[in-house]
Amino acid sequence: MIALIDYGAGNLTSVRKALTALGANFATPERPEECSRFSALIVPGVGNFAATSALVGPWRDTIADTVRQGTPLLGICLGMQWLFEGSDEAPEVPGLGVLEGRVTRLRGNSDAGLKIPHVGWNALNFRRPSPRGADLSYPRSQMLAGLDDGAHVYFTHSYAAPVTDACVAATTHGDTFASVVERGNVFGVQFHPEKSSDAGLRIIRNFLEVTRSTPSAAATGAEAEC
Amino acid sequence: MLTKRIIACMDVRDGQVVKGVQFQELRHAGDPAELAERYNVEGIDEVVVLDITATLESRQALARTISAVAHRIFLPLTVGGGIRKEADAAAAVDAGADKVSLNTAALNNPALISTLARRYGSQAVIVAIDAKRRGNGFAVYVRSGTSDAARDAVEWAREAESRGAGEILLTSMDRDGTRSGFDCEMTAAVAKAVNIPVIASGGAGDLDHFCDVFTHGHADAALAASIFHYDDTRVSELKKYLHGRNIPVRL
Repeated sequence: MIALIDYGAGNLTSVRKALTALGANFATPERPEECSRFSALIVPGVGNFAATSALVGPWRDTIADTVRQGTPLLGICLGMQWLFEGSDEAPEVPGLGVLEGRVTRLRGNSDAGLKIPHVGWNALNFRRPSPRGADLSYPRSQMLAGLDDGAHVYFTHSYAAPVTDACVAATTHGDTFASVVERGNVFGVQFHPEKSSDAGLRIIRNFLEVTRSTPSAAATGAEAEC
Repeated sequence: MLTKRIIACMDVRDGQVVKGVQFQELRHAGDPAELAERYNVEGIDEVVVLDITATLESRQALARTISAVAHRIFLPLTVGGGIRKEADAAAAVDAGADKVSLNTAALNNPALISTLARRYGSQAVIVAIDAKRRGNGFAVYVRSGTSDAARDAVEWAREAESRGAGEILLTSMDRDGTRSGFDCEMTAAVAKAVNIPVIASGGAGDLDHFCDVFTHGHADAALAASIFHYDDTRVSELKKYLHGRNIPVRL
């Protein structure tokens, strides 16, 4: 059972619809302490980073503990930005901080047709060899399994996370930013997989595969790789 | 690189897709959910459902239509037509819309743009502008094109952006349904005046028209209805053509 965290940032209808279509079991926990009962967490969200202030306190502490125990976590859009230390959009609100770096505003350039917000379909440029590739010296990306380098997905955002070693796919809109991050049991996507047709559904399915192959954190007491 | 979006619009009345010429002469074009699924397979980037009657009875039918479409496709879905107050937008979003498109209501009550942008984020709020050429400017019309709003499209688009609109959907009433090409001049005037994406609409007739509106018109997206509904132009064929003309598209 997956916990879909609802903290009031945007509408969760489309995420629910995609999870249902893929046959996932999910529920929305009402209290933070319920998180440990779930096999995976999804933090969705659209809008201003300030909305994540609803997670500051018990939610943030519990989610951090749950992730530290090895439970897979997927952040979508604002939920991915929240995985980092914080954002220039709402500097007073701390992020979860499981990935290093801060979220900054995309600069854009109207004269060059680079408008902000970045709205529409853009390419995922793989930072690690394709999961289909022959080079075995790098860890495979689990989130990008079955996708082709350059696959297009649907974005709508003004702020973005830096390219760090957690970044497995980057996207360029004037600036180059992290569009897919993955480290241990922590995953994030800046775009909306639930709005990205077949490529997006594949990415959600890849996360569901991860949750099925991860032993329950509560049962093993495993430490997260990060 | 960010691609240019191709958007299919479905004008819906009583749960069926219809299409007129210059806002008149409606004819039937099929079931919205079935059409949306066909467009998805062909590679459409986004779908717009416009309730063209917008009566109380049609509002309930619309919620069913939105839900049916939203369960068949995993693409951005915009709903417009008769969204007059916050509760109308909430009903559309609850039924599965990702964005709402405001037209007459935004002009009558511009604060509604900000209210919805605060509640759902700017990315969820599209301001639709229906305009026709007048002198050197572009006159805005409301109430499905029947009433002169006494505003200029460029100036109104700027205000809509400042109030929190995330995109502008700009329809040329002169070109709507004529298949004589988008109004590239009007599109460029608005696209250069705002920093948010502009969706060009009205007049799509052949593949070159899309090419023109993305180059000369500086449009971020182009919307069409009838040429896709009746199978005259397939979305996949259009995208291959644009790709061949060095216009970035999702293939």
